Amino acid sequence: MNDQQANSHGVALSIEGCGKTFADGTRALESVTLHVARGETLVLLGPSGCGKTTLLRIIAGLETPDEGGRLLFNATDVTRVPIEKRNVGMVFQSYALFPNMNVSDNIGYGLKIRGVAEKERKARIAELVALTGIGGLEHRRVDQLSGGQRQRVALARAVAARPSVLLLDEPLTALDAALRERLRGELNRLLRTLGITAIYVTHDQAEAMALGDRIVVMRKGAIAQIGTPREIYFAPANRFVAEFVGAANIVEAACDGAALALPGGKLPLAKDAINGHANGTVFAMIRPESIRVIAADGAALAGRVDSVSFVGDRQRASIGGVAAKAITVDVPNSVAIKAGDRVGLAIDPAAIRLLPGDM
Amino acid sequence: MKTTRDRLLFAAQLIFTLLVAAFLIVPAVLSMTAGVTANYFLGIKSGLTLQWVAQVWELYYDTIFRSFLIAFSALAVTLVVGVPAAYALHLRNDRLSRAVEEIITLPLAIPGLAIALALLLTYGGFTDFRRSWLFILVGHVIFTLPFMVRSVMAVFAAIDVKTLDEGAASLGASPWRRFLDVIVPNARPGILAGSLMVVTLSLGEFNLTWMLHTPLTKTLPVGLADSYASMRLEVASAYTLVFFVMIIPLLTAMQLFAGMRANAMGTR
Repeated sequence: MNDQQANSHGVALSIEGCGKTFADGTRALESVTLHVARGETLVLLGPSGCGKTTLLRIIAGLETPDEGGRLLFNATDVTRVPIEKRNVGMVFQSYALFPNMNVSDNIGYGLKIRGVAEKERKARIAELVALTGIGGLEHRRVDQLSGGQRQRVALARAVAARPSVLLLDEPLTALDAALRERLRGELNRLLRTLGITAIYVTHDQAEAMALGDRIVVMRKGAIAQIGTPREIYFAPANRFVAEFVGAANIVEAACDGAALALPGGKLPLAKDAINGHANGTVFAMIRPESIRVIAADGAALAGRVDSVSFVGDRQRASIGGVAAKAITVDVPNSVAIKAGDRVGLAIDPAAIRLLPGDM
Repeated sequence: MKTTRDRLLFAAQLIFTLLVAAFLIVPAVLSMTAGVTANYFLGIKSGLTLQWVAQVWELYYDTIFRSFLIAFSALAVTLVVGVPAAYALHLRNDRLSRAVEEIITLPLAIPGLAIALALLLTYGGFTDFRRSWLFILVGHVIFTLPFMVRSVMAVFAAIDVKTLDEGAASLGASPWRRFLDVIVPNARPGILAGSLMVVTLSLGEFNLTWMLHTPLTKTLPVGLADSYASMRLEVASAYTLVFFVMIIPLLTAMQLFAGMRANAMGTR
């Protein structure tokens, strides 16, 4: 029991040189090295086929890494330990609840396997039922539950035996948008309450931002960037990350060392943004919300409104004639703007980030 | 607002249905009444008797017990072999496992006589084995195994067995625990359907058994053929009656049991 309590906040995780080539020769994951702190929530984010699920399955023990890869829970090498002996908790996209057991028995299954006495088991189940807010459903069959209820049962089941690490494989993807947003909040609260080491796989960048202490953006089996949500959003390492996380304008233009020369005028850069980027052609990233629409007269940068779409809390305008491609701008609802208007654009130099040219 | 035409049509359909049903049921009823008639050629007026049934029991009771012994042994073997086999074949799902599946299914297409001949050629020399009922059991298992494997695999294909297995594994269950706690309970509808098929097919199996049996290892259908060939018509009919009386309650009970479990499981 002491052992379990010591583990109740999970372990630190080291993934050292883990790659995965499947039997048919598909290279699903390049050699990846990653460290996860005890109690940290790390999100693996990327489009489908980027290797995020493969990496999660290696951590779980459902896949073995290629020769040379090592996986450590604290200082213990678990690379050759089968999943059932790793003490992980896992939430599957399809939940994988056992249809032959009711809600209580599903939640208590891991405890039963570990030989926990019935009295203690019941107490723990009651605790988790309260924590996940599924009171009254204990004796339901799992096929009588709604999607959101199933998701909570799956979560309660995964954490019941106080796992070393909690692994979540797109746990909200199967739900509709409104429910997804609500459960995201609940999940966040729960992860903070438990303080458990968690690895969370998703392709939804909003989910990644909301839940992750750090985000690992993945692409084509490799890590594109690791950082806090703010770092990933405001300082993407390359064009892929910039475009995958949030909306971004990528402007390709000639740089004279102080400003970008664009068809619609000059765009001055901050000094520290230029550091490390030689003169010549550069790629600049500008988020739609960091551009302001101003009067065209006297503006350093001007263009013509191609289209405006109303998105509810704001309007999103597409401005042509500024750069080679149309620039997307978020405009407050209070600003009257329509297609065909000539407008000026004001961009804070600090909000412009130069990116390496390669994708 | 029924018109005369509707009523006529309904009457015609009813009569047709009853005729077809009678065509199928009357022979069975006649055969069974023949079994309790004192003299079939004189008809019912010769009187009803249970003497033929008694005679059948005396002459053939061992075939009845043997048939049940073989049927339930075949069920036991196909459960122990077939359910894990279906699980393994489903999880692997590669070219090799598909080949194995085809090979298991092959006995359905090969005449029972050919299988029996092959068994006799290969194992006929092992005298003790050849003389025991176990020899017939082997034939029945070969013949019924595909039905068990197929119906269990059909259930595995309908539920996401792989993820359920991974779910149980992530909670700390060993492969054996996962099989017993999660795989078997969720495969129950397929296992029950397969069991029903195995028992029914084994009880009624004739052509393979006919080749494999010895005078001391007759089964019920072989005994039936024997009595048809060499006994009074009344005895053969009484034998049919005994067969019906034994098998219909058994199958009904198994069906009810399967239905009950399926309901308790929900309609997944």
